[in-house]
Amino acid sequence: MPDLSIDFAGIKSPNPFWLASAPPTNSGYQVMKAYDAGWGGAVWKTLGMPTINVSSRYAATNYRDTRISGFSNIELISDRPLEDNLREMREVTKRFPNHATIASLMVDTREQWIDIIKMVEDAGANGIELNFGCPHGMCERGMGSAVGQDPKALKTIVEWVMDAASIPVITKLSPNISHITDPGIAAVEAKTDAISLINTIKSIVGIDLDSYAPYPVVDGKGTNGGYCGPAVKPIAMHMLKELKKHPLIKDTPISGIGGIENWRDVVEYILLGATSVQVCTAAMHYGFGIVRGMEDGLKRFMSEKGYNTIYDFAGKALPNVMEWKDLNLKYDVKANINSDKCIGCDLCYIACDDGAHQAIALPTDGSRIPSIIEENCVGCNLCSLVCPVEECITMVQKDDGTKHNTWQQLTDSEEIPCTWNDDRAGGKGHYVPEPIKALESVRKDRSGARAK
Amino acid sequence: MAEYNRPQSEAEFNENFKDKTPLMNDTQAHYESSRCLFCYDAPCMNACPTAIDIPLFIKKINTGNIDGAAQTIYDSNWIGNACGTVCPTGVLCEGACVYNKQSVPAVQIGKLQNFATRHVIDNNKKLFEAGKDNGKKIAIIGGGPAGISCACELRKMGYTADIFEAKDKPSGLTVYGIAPYKITNEEVLDEVKYLQEQLGFNIKYNSPISSKDQLEQIEKDYDAVFIGVGLGPTAFRNIPGEDKSGIIGAVEFVEDLRMNHHKTNVGKEVIILGGGNTAMDAASESARMGATKVILAYRGSKEKMGAYDFEYELAISSGIKSVFDANPKEFLGEDSVEGVKFSRADGSEFTINCDMVIKATGQAKMGSFFKLIDNMETDESSRIKVNKKNNQTSNPKYFAGGDAINGGAEVVNAAYDGKLAALGIHKWLNE
Repeated sequence: MPDLSIDFAGIKSPNPFWLASAPPTNSGYQVMKAYDAGWGGAVWKTLGMPTINVSSRYAATNYRDTRISGFSNIELISDRPLEDNLREMREVTKRFPNHATIASLMVDTREQWIDIIKMVEDAGANGIELNFGCPHGMCERGMGSAVGQDPKALKTIVEWVMDAASIPVITKLSPNISHITDPGIAAVEAKTDAISLINTIKSIVGIDLDSYAPYPVVDGKGTNGGYCGPAVKPIAMHMLKELKKHPLIKDTPISGIGGIENWRDVVEYILLGATSVQVCTAAMHYGFGIVRGMEDGLKRFMSEKGYNTIYDFAGKALPNVMEWKDLNLKYDVKANINSDKCIGCDLCYIACDDGAHQAIALPTDGSRIPSIIEENCVGCNLCSLVCPVEECITMVQKDDGTKHNTWQQLTDSEEIPCTWNDDRAGGKGHYVPEPIKALESVRKDRSGARAK
Repeated sequence: MAEYNRPQSEAEFNENFKDKTPLMNDTQAHYESSRCLFCYDAPCMNACPTAIDIPLFIKKINTGNIDGAAQTIYDSNWIGNACGTVCPTGVLCEGACVYNKQSVPAVQIGKLQNFATRHVIDNNKKLFEAGKDNGKKIAIIGGGPAGISCACELRKMGYTADIFEAKDKPSGLTVYGIAPYKITNEEVLDEVKYLQEQLGFNIKYNSPISSKDQLEQIEKDYDAVFIGVGLGPTAFRNIPGEDKSGIIGAVEFVEDLRMNHHKTNVGKEVIILGGGNTAMDAASESARMGATKVILAYRGSKEKMGAYDFEYELAISSGIKSVFDANPKEFLGEDSVEGVKFSRADGSEFTINCDMVIKATGQAKMGSFFKLIDNMETDESSRIKVNKKNNQTSNPKYFAGGDAINGGAEVVNAAYDGKLAALGIHKWLNE
């Protein structure tokens, strides 16, 4: 039986599933309910400078019938009195001493940092998370992402905190920056115990087509929100990788955040080096119960692979994440259509013909089962991505696996193409139809009545 | 069997005949439209006799452009709402949906189509405009789906379109001949009204055209003529005893039912003769009218029946029984029918008692009417011969469509024919 427990920079937790600092951790009631449901930890909704919140706070991007593929909020840090939060935190940590109850903090001056750290330590917090991420509201007051985007300021504040804190400190980074390693290095240099990322991404999720106001609409107006949920997971995982591959940062424990909703997401984050994960949007969408599927899925994955703890596989994908120049140019895959599974939607045909390399042919026998023109196929994957049938289009390796050459190797041996029409360039000799063929080809009348 | 009690009131009739699949609500339409894969050169579209760009209108529904969806439907099919409801979608668009290939339920195209068309009809959204008057007049004989479709298309191009309709309602069999649980009179008439208000074609009701004189006058007054007269009454089978009371044709029965609802006279024990879709309708309807025994008798085997499988299943699900290899030889009884004597292929005979017989054995053709028109060629089944490219008849001034040329098909085929003929008329007059 795999052991899911973790020791994250000194913060112990029965499992790596934590609630992120957000509306689901706004009160002791919610945190206790979450622990009871199976969550191993919770980062309390950020405590700090007093705030007032607006009404109408969240908005979402929907994709077809999928609700909340992305989520945006313009809510600020906790607007509840500090003493209420601390009282409830004390109650929670007393009742659940083995869970990871972490206080997220955002204040302004050094004195305020010192004061509030003392207060949450007294309330029994197991760790502190520094909120340098909120990209709306608080940043206009010089906090949140205003700090996350300024590595110097971030370093200074982390140093203040490290001086004052006696419990582990996690520095939470903002993704609203070109090089995530800049604040990452600053945090490590200031001796943070751990890092968490990402906070939300500055965004406008939509515009109301009648009032022309951005969502969420507040009295006819709006502002940029912080974007999160499933849509941001790829961005977050890239940033996690950036930190975990960086020599100065890679040994610092990282709590992964961004679009995590199920066990697969958790495994991916761990494979990229995260050793705890934080969830917000999925809990806001489905409630705390989703943790049961996450726990079961993670355990089964670990049992199948023979892992006892998450540390057995944490970071296992990192060696496989290369720079582009180190990828094997000799690797050759081509699409293969399983005609038994094909339903004849021909989406692969039109995707390839309009959007890729004209490497799929329609049949002439009326079967609607297309075929791959192997000499044109560059192995781009597009057809396999648009195919709506499970395992119908697969990418099959055609090279024998013995050849290996990379851009870097070509560069080193001075064999890279270097003139405009260099014979060594990749597309040389690759088939493309003559432009005029586009107008000659038999076009199906998609305009409606055949009677026209 | 007693699945249905005899309806004593309009409310009870409506309960017995209610649509099993009512109009989609916004949520259903949103989820269902999300399922469309937007196939390339979509099979559903190719399976539609009017070639509606189905993936496009579904995409429009899914993106909240319901008016645009309806426009796409009507651009191809002027009878878009009725077709969404009465089309045998399971063998047309939905039958062609690629999801079927992986045993995933097909997209409910017919329902989505109605979602869009009912939206514009119920909210009286103006989507069409008559073309600038070009001074030319076209006569349309028969106000069924072919005639209405022809009139709409002609009006768009600026022709005056006058429909001569024998009855007092438009839409032909869509109103008079389709099972009431498939579409209500109101729904059919609403669509015609919606189209007529925007396009302004004229319908002259109670104006049957049946004489040479009338035709000559029409030829004088109009630049071209479209014939969409459909078929005649149920054909006489020349079976002994066929003139007894209690023996009625299916078309006449359905018309009676559509017009008189619960007041329609239906026997206790009803035999339906025939194996086509009309027979299935008549059987279902007799059951829903509270007949205690309904027997569908077909002379061939079950496999040979012309009816769609789903129509047969619908009839069976309403509680009817069926007998195959049953060729009617004689209608028994004194003045009114008391039973039917059948023979089997092996020559043996049997009798089934009843107090009503509905003959769904085919409608008479309008051959004698067609003979009134000069040079009007018909085929061996008295169907008007037309050029498939423009629906022009052998008399160039006449165009034709619907059951009059195909011997009895779907509303959607008539809708296509009418449009094709209108375009053919336009081309012919401008040559």
